[in-house]
Amino acid sequence: MSVRIGVVVFPGSNRDGDTLHALRLAGAEPARLWHESASLDGVAAIVLPGGFAFGDYLRAGAIARFSPVMRAVSAFAAEGGLVLGICNGFQVLTEAGLVPGALTRNRGLRFVAREVAIVPERLDSPFTRQIDDRRPLRVPVAHGEGCWFADPETVDALERDGQVLFRYAHDDGTVAAGEEDRANPNGSVRAVAGVSNARGNVAGLMPHPEAAVEALLGSDDGLAIIRSLVESTRERVAGRAAVAAAAR
Amino acid sequence: MTVAERPAREPLHRRLGLTNPELEGIRERLGREPNDVELAMFSVMWSEHCSYKSSRPLLATLPTGGADVVAGPGENAGVVSIGGGLAVAFKIESHNHPSAVEPYQGAATGVGGILRDIFTMGARPIAVLDALRFGDPGSGRTRRLVDGVIRGVGGYGNCVGVPTVGGELVFDPSYAGNPLVNVMAIGLLEERLLTRAAAPGPGNLVVLFGSTTGRDGIGGASVLASATFTDEESSDRWLAGAPPPSSVGERGSKRPSVQVGDPFAEKLLIEASLELIERGLVEGLQDLGAGGITCATSETADRAGTGMRIDLDAVPRREAGMAAWEVLISESQERMLAVVRPDREADVREVCDRWGTPCAVIGVVTDDGDITILEGGLEAGRGVARVPARALTSDAVVHRRLAAPPARRRRAPAPSSATPGRAADGPARSFTDAGAVLLALLGSPNIASRRAVWEQYDWHVGTNTVTGPGTGAAVLRIKGTTKALVASTDANHAVGLLDPWLGAAMSVAEATRNVSITGARPLGVTNCLNFGDPTRPEAFWQLGEAVRGLGDACRALSLPVTGGNVSLYNESPAGTIAPTPQIGVVGLLDDVTTLVRPGFGAPGDVVLLVGEAGPGLAGSEYAALAGGAAEDGPPALDLSRERAVQAFAREATARGLLASGQDVSGGGLAVALAEASMWGAGGGGTGARLRVPSALSPAVELFGESPSRIVVSTRPRHAPALVLLARQHGLPVHELGTVGGDRLVVELVGAGATGAAEERGSRVADAIDLPVDDLCHAWEHGLRRALGWEEH
Repeated sequence: MSVRIGVVVFPGSNRDGDTLHALRLAGAEPARLWHESASLDGVAAIVLPGGFAFGDYLRAGAIARFSPVMRAVSAFAAEGGLVLGICNGFQVLTEAGLVPGALTRNRGLRFVAREVAIVPERLDSPFTRQIDDRRPLRVPVAHGEGCWFADPETVDALERDGQVLFRYAHDDGTVAAGEEDRANPNGSVRAVAGVSNARGNVAGLMPHPEAAVEALLGSDDGLAIIRSLVESTRERVAGRAAVAAAAR
Repeated sequence: MTVAERPAREPLHRRLGLTNPELEGIRERLGREPNDVELAMFSVMWSEHCSYKSSRPLLATLPTGGADVVAGPGENAGVVSIGGGLAVAFKIESHNHPSAVEPYQGAATGVGGILRDIFTMGARPIAVLDALRFGDPGSGRTRRLVDGVIRGVGGYGNCVGVPTVGGELVFDPSYAGNPLVNVMAIGLLEERLLTRAAAPGPGNLVVLFGSTTGRDGIGGASVLASATFTDEESSDRWLAGAPPPSSVGERGSKRPSVQVGDPFAEKLLIEASLELIERGLVEGLQDLGAGGITCATSETADRAGTGMRIDLDAVPRREAGMAAWEVLISESQERMLAVVRPDREADVREVCDRWGTPCAVIGVVTDDGDITILEGGLEAGRGVARVPARALTSDAVVHRRLAAPPARRRRAPAPSSATPGRAADGPARSFTDAGAVLLALLGSPNIASRRAVWEQYDWHVGTNTVTGPGTGAAVLRIKGTTKALVASTDANHAVGLLDPWLGAAMSVAEATRNVSITGARPLGVTNCLNFGDPTRPEAFWQLGEAVRGLGDACRALSLPVTGGNVSLYNESPAGTIAPTPQIGVVGLLDDVTTLVRPGFGAPGDVVLLVGEAGPGLAGSEYAALAGGAAEDGPPALDLSRERAVQAFAREATARGLLASGQDVSGGGLAVALAEASMWGAGGGGTGARLRVPSALSPAVELFGESPSRIVVSTRPRHAPALVLLARQHGLPVHELGTVGGDRLVVELVGAGATGAAEERGSRVADAIDLPVDDLCHAWEHGLRRALGWEEH
């Protein structure tokens, strides 16, 4: 059974094509959702891709959150639908208040594009379940405003509640020591690379799993994350169908 | 003389940069006196930048034909077929003077301009390479320029979502007052969508879409790119700004000549343009670059043998009170001109509206061959200017400049206090120790890792980047096929300064070798010729010699020149730049799984050197570090040898004989071996134990930059076949040793080695024995140290 996953296209999105490509490799049937669309066209999950929505003018994601499609995305999330924001998509989700924290200028004040290592904090989330163990995943980052920030009490609470999904790590899998560790490419608080909302159905991450889905391009470690989303969506769709059948 | 130096009482044409004979030429073509607006139009179109008035006769000598060439020089970009209905568009262009004045915007709009040249052809841009040249990395001014230019390239490319996959960063004192910012772009298209920049069909509408028109970049081409910098201008006083000009040609500084880029607008422009092309809604498409509306209207009309009536009042503007001449020559960025059938206007508007890009019908195609400019409506408007399209473009003035070689052949560069040696403050700098020389070279600003730069560029967006920046040529797979494109850009300015023919030919040889060594077949050459003031006979001689070298090398390698750009007047009070023919090459690899990478493969693999060193250290990085002997010359180039080396590399790849392949260039054989070690074993690094047969001095053997050499490694069982293949190609080949361990050991053996070397007064002993970790350390940190950048 193929699952339809929507990829939102804002003016200035530039990873939409890469995300579609990765979703196809992971067995999904992806579809573009134009930002002015108020409906989600019946997709079973949503990805907000990377890029520079509305040029990232004012602040990354600050304008995109007001696009008509975001109202539908919020409603979809409130119903428990799976939403993944990658890079600029993560920035849009934080601006929209759908995932905790904020993304600020990189600590080095320069754009940074490099392959990094990340480790999942938990393997039972809809976004990490296909990752086979806690080896570090090699995935690229490419951003100027990727320094994730939240106050210490909030981070404590997120850690306690299992909302931290990924952290930046060294090649051997040990988590980056903190904001100043070179393994942490942007100075994110406690090396956080990805978080989810309290319910666990909306996640944002700065690294690009969709850019690490083929060994030919250096790494296919990101495929496990994309596959997790696809499999979780498939189950959700199947579950709903079963509920509907039972109801009949 | 520059614009700013000219006294205000001079006649208008002189203040606009036109000479008296040029004014005479304008009168001849019009059959009357031009008015002020027409003069302004001629001044931009007859600028060096737009008209190639000095270089056109030289460029006509270049080979441009080829079975696969779909579009050559004269179009916005060269296009070459790659089979299966696909084609590749590529071009390199300069943005030197804008970047000297305002490095961020200059570099950013350089990227924007070259991308528009690509998607105007109907191609989706898939990669950018940047070739940057600056003065002493230790100077504050250089550091400010480097920082701004790199942020500009990244700021624009990252936002539009086109990966920056390679390039060059070179420091040389000759660029201190005049940095070079050359940007190459590559696009992929379906051949059936190839779109020409022509305006066919009288009665068709002329549509301007994209950003609005303002006063930014007025006369950028004629003012900035076609004159040298004076003392006052080259100081920071440029940045003081100037009042807006009111009458034609009036301006206080070059500040408003720098364009301002908006990559978000460009991203929308790319999507809108490609959708218009894909849906067959445009008859012709042209981007607005140098010369603005004047250039886009006259070039498209001239290509189709038509004319145009243009209503300036219909042009969407971002500033009130602009004069007609300002609207006509404004170089506001991110604008496109489309020629549209009247029945398709509504569809074109729908596409532009959806992408949020302003769109206006500003005129109509005519059959009279004239560009007629009106104000107040196409029907009843008041005439402002009327000029034959061809007088502005194909029939523009051509100058026969005087060329004269320098009175006395230049000597090899003296030991430089500025560039390479300085950064390597790590190891003891004893020139009797080849290992210390190697470490110093690896840490020198021209050879050290460029990671600190390319980490600021998104090099993987698009998910096609098989090999990004940092290790040899860039490799981009083509989705839906087994194929990959391989690209490299190179220029040898140091040899060019000694012998411009040789410098240009070596630049072609190196760029194509970088492509061939991966197994790919070079498809064509694009070039950006950066030279000095063509009215100086020596500078014009350098240009002529370089074009001759470019042509000779391309003919010898059977490669077409598919396009390019000429940037003259690269001079400042500090002097003229070294002749810099920046060469861009794109090649095709039929099966990406056969790709050969530069790093050594597995332990036990056999290392071979194909080709051999010749005498001559002048122009090498070693000479810059150590100081060359006064009587020394550059090494020789044998183009038939070069052709054979590249053919060998491709055939060896096709037969699956190579585990790795690395070209020998900057820093010579020792640096090539060190790089193959550092990048070996899948990127983790590996040692090697090697013996180099030596007939010449150790310095020449280890650090000389003789062209036409490659270092390859192979599984032991393939070594005999590889040796045989090299001999079949008529190439010298030597087995150097094997891959393995964690040290790079290189010994010289033979006549040039040991005691013999010292007897001849060579300052290099004949063995290198260094841990690969030490090589990596020197190489990784050299550039940050030279530029004073913090580690992060």
